[in-house]
Amino acid sequence: MAKKILIVDDEPNIVISLEFLMKKEGFEVAVAGDGEEALAKVATFGPDLMLLDVMMPKKSGFEVCEALRADPARAGLLIVMLTAKGRDTEVAKGIALGADAYVTKPFSTKELVAKVKEMLAA
Amino acid sequence: MGLLFAVARFGDARADAGRSIITANVYALSLAVYCTSWTFYGSVGRATSGGLSFLTIYIGPTLMLLFAGVIVKMIRIAKTQRLTSIADFIAARYGKSQLLAGLVTVIAVIGVVPYIALQLKAVAASLDVLLGGQGTNFLPAMFDSTLVIAALLALFTILFGTRHLDATERHEGMVAAVAFESVVKLIAFVAVGLFVTYGMFGGFAELFQRTAATPGLERLLQLDSAKAGTWAALILLSGLAIIFLPRQFQIIVVENVDESHLRRAVWLFPLYLVLINIFVLPLALGGLLHFQGQPFNPDTFVLTLPLARGAETLALLVFIGGLSAATGMVIVETIALSTMICNDLVMPWLLRSRRFGVAEREDLSGLLLGIRRVAIVAILLLGYIYFRAAGEAYALVGIGLISFAAVAQFAPAMFGGMYWKQGTRAGAVAGLLGGFAVWLYTLLLPSFAKSGWIDKGFVEHGLFGIGALKAQALFGLAGLDEISHSLWWSLFVNIGLYVGVSLWSRPDAVEAGQAERFVDVFKHAGRGTDARLWRGTASAEELVGLLDRFLGRPRARQQLANYAAGRGLDDWRSLPVDAEFVRFAETQLSGAIGSASARVMVASVAKEEDLGLDEVLDILDEATQVRAYSRELEAKQHELEAATAELREANERLRELDRMKDDFISTVTHELRTPLTSIRALSEMLHEDPEIDIDDRTRFLGIIVNEAERLTRLINQILDMAKLESGRAEWTTSEVDVAAIVREAMDSLGQLFRDKNVALEGEIADSVPVVLADRDRLTQVMINLLSNAVKFVPGGSGRVKVRVVAGERAVRVEVIDNGPGLTPEECVVIFEKFRQGGNTMTDKPQGTGLGLPISRQIVEYFGGNLWVESSPGAGATFVFTVPLPAHE
Repeated sequence: MAKKILIVDDEPNIVISLEFLMKKEGFEVAVAGDGEEALAKVATFGPDLMLLDVMMPKKSGFEVCEALRADPARAGLLIVMLTAKGRDTEVAKGIALGADAYVTKPFSTKELVAKVKEMLAA
Repeated sequence: MGLLFAVARFGDARADAGRSIITANVYALSLAVYCTSWTFYGSVGRATSGGLSFLTIYIGPTLMLLFAGVIVKMIRIAKTQRLTSIADFIAARYGKSQLLAGLVTVIAVIGVVPYIALQLKAVAASLDVLLGGQGTNFLPAMFDSTLVIAALLALFTILFGTRHLDATERHEGMVAAVAFESVVKLIAFVAVGLFVTYGMFGGFAELFQRTAATPGLERLLQLDSAKAGTWAALILLSGLAIIFLPRQFQIIVVENVDESHLRRAVWLFPLYLVLINIFVLPLALGGLLHFQGQPFNPDTFVLTLPLARGAETLALLVFIGGLSAATGMVIVETIALSTMICNDLVMPWLLRSRRFGVAEREDLSGLLLGIRRVAIVAILLLGYIYFRAAGEAYALVGIGLISFAAVAQFAPAMFGGMYWKQGTRAGAVAGLLGGFAVWLYTLLLPSFAKSGWIDKGFVEHGLFGIGALKAQALFGLAGLDEISHSLWWSLFVNIGLYVGVSLWSRPDAVEAGQAERFVDVFKHAGRGTDARLWRGTASAEELVGLLDRFLGRPRARQQLANYAAGRGLDDWRSLPVDAEFVRFAETQLSGAIGSASARVMVASVAKEEDLGLDEVLDILDEATQVRAYSRELEAKQHELEAATAELREANERLRELDRMKDDFISTVTHELRTPLTSIRALSEMLHEDPEIDIDDRTRFLGIIVNEAERLTRLINQILDMAKLESGRAEWTTSEVDVAAIVREAMDSLGQLFRDKNVALEGEIADSVPVVLADRDRLTQVMINLLSNAVKFVPGGSGRVKVRVVAGERAVRVEVIDNGPGLTPEECVVIFEKFRQGGNTMTDKPQGTGLGLPISRQIVEYFGGNLWVESSPGAGATFVFTVPLPAHE
């Protein structure tokens, strides 16, 4: 059965490119445009992995990550944070909040795909 | 007596010749000056009533000598500081305080007087026994034999101890004589002991058997455990007395020539004590058995026993032994005391009191000797008076213990001074006064009362009839003997006050320095003395003159030469007169006249002699200046503090700015990376996979083009913003028609409005005055506002209206939309960089977040304002003004 990936970003063009990329690799994909929608989608869609943007309206990626990590039912969910803010403190904060990986925008599509596959295989 | 003189003369001669006869053995024997006629007569007396308890007086010293480290430290301190008496020692530790030196001297004199009385009493009693046997009285009735003995002892001491003034207060001849006396009294006592034990009785065994068989005597052979408290008190008391009695301090510390001698004394002196005590109990028992049923005085058993058997030669030997014990004690004690009186009481007073002109006198050695001789006579006289007042009521040992308890008061200040840097002068004075007062009240005054010289009321009923103040049962502490009672209370008060007041008070600089030198005497070994605490001027001539006068010329020159050599100079005349030199002089003088007096002497030449009114005023003036200066300093300090606070604030602001800049860059980075992300991801996918179907391909390329445009716009605006903020933007100011600009902007964006089906209408005043501005920049502002408006209004039903009003002072332009409106908070933040309107329903606004901040910068540059009036749901009105030119 194909693994499920939830893409969360408020930039529609980025969502478009990620969705296309992941679908091409054979994953089942759902998308969300902000933090609240993301949490709703996690409940309905039940993804294995989440590509989560940090800077979003309504609920930031950090808040979403924190909320998910506080939920024991979602303990197995892999979270890859995506951010255009490359500062060390942001990376540290993401990792501290329980993200499994942190990817800086703009990213290499090949590397992102490789990382996602590796994480889902492990 | 003649023999004693000979020994003393021989010792002095050898000392002068540089070959000291003071060996470790002589030193140890001289310590036996501790054994006075008290030991000689009194121990036997005490043994007849208290059994073995007389031994406590010898156990204490033996235990004390085990703490040889303490004594070595004392000796080292005394040597480095050139201290010559216990008063000097305590005074020097607490800042060379004359008050303290005087206080210690007074306590020592008053405390030791009963002890002197004891010697007089013993000698008088023994003489009576010796002469009474012949039934004659060769003295005229008007002379009291005790007074005669006192006078003779005084004369002897004066001849013996003050023949010449010794700069170091070290008397090698005297030490030798004392050691010799110790041998004499030991031989005499052992002789009579042997005589009684083996001559009159059949040896130890028979004596003890007969005693055990005699009713009332057998208890003497048993240890009474109920007396344990008394034993402890007596052991402590005698342990302290062995070092704090003025004569013991003199012999152990001052007369010590080599610290290593102490190692011998540690076992030899206790051995001496054992030997002299072996026959005490046999003598006591022998006396009790022999004189059973007859009236007797146990204190004189050593004499009466041989006399009873007709051994008059032996009795004479015993008398000589006792006399020698008494004279040894009196000589050393009075020499030590007279030195203290002279150096610590009389000289400081004489030197300060200008009436006698002492400070100017050329040769002071005669005066010093005179003072000491008078002091010796006075001390013996006091002893005699005490003997008369209280002596009859007490046995020998009782009197001695009163003295022990007095000198025990020195213990807290001494030990505290050697091991506790926080001990202060105030603490020492308070402790000594407190302890001494308790001693006076609980021991000395009751001893007078017992003799009936003063009323007994305070002993039996308490002072003013208050039971808690009963002199020998303070606060209900009864059940102890009077000595223990007084010792515990006085030491309790003494230590309490010493520690309490010390913790509460602060030492001055001199005192703190001395505390350091005393407590860390071993650490400071070999290091130069610290003379920083002295400030002032002195002339070499005066200092040298001072040394000449007190030390004698040859000795002074010798010391100066040594000192100069120590500082690497050939001739003392080339010595610099600095603080160190002054300190050297003071140290030398303190050896001769005590540290407190030396300080006064040096002070007298190291500063102005007479203070005239002018000088006093000068000093006051100086003090005022110093105060003014310190006020100035204080003001400066306040200024500095204020400046520091300002700096801190400025630093805080800078840090804040820095953080803002950091945030800005981070945001810019984010804004640039976001379009770049789409561009990179999509172009990589197109590049990787040529098979992507045509629709997706077209869509992706469209996105790439759009994002690239967005990126370009963003970069331009960021550069623009940077230019505006740094003031490097180029402005072309000219007369501008605002109405025309508004119309042009509306025209250029007309297509955008039509595309989204948004109505745009203008309400432009007919005559709008020209303003001074940059035409292109104003157009930029207008386009920003219009494109914002069209972005936020809903397609179809959206309406945007532009009004241009000519005011009295400015042209006012309004852009009114019927969009979602803004919260009051949003009305503020939208003018901040990269803060886009967040209330976007579903679509993210396609802007850079820099349009409004740039517009505001432009409007403000021309002296106008840009703001927004809005509330949620009621649309928004963006307003800007451009002021009219100031002419007319």
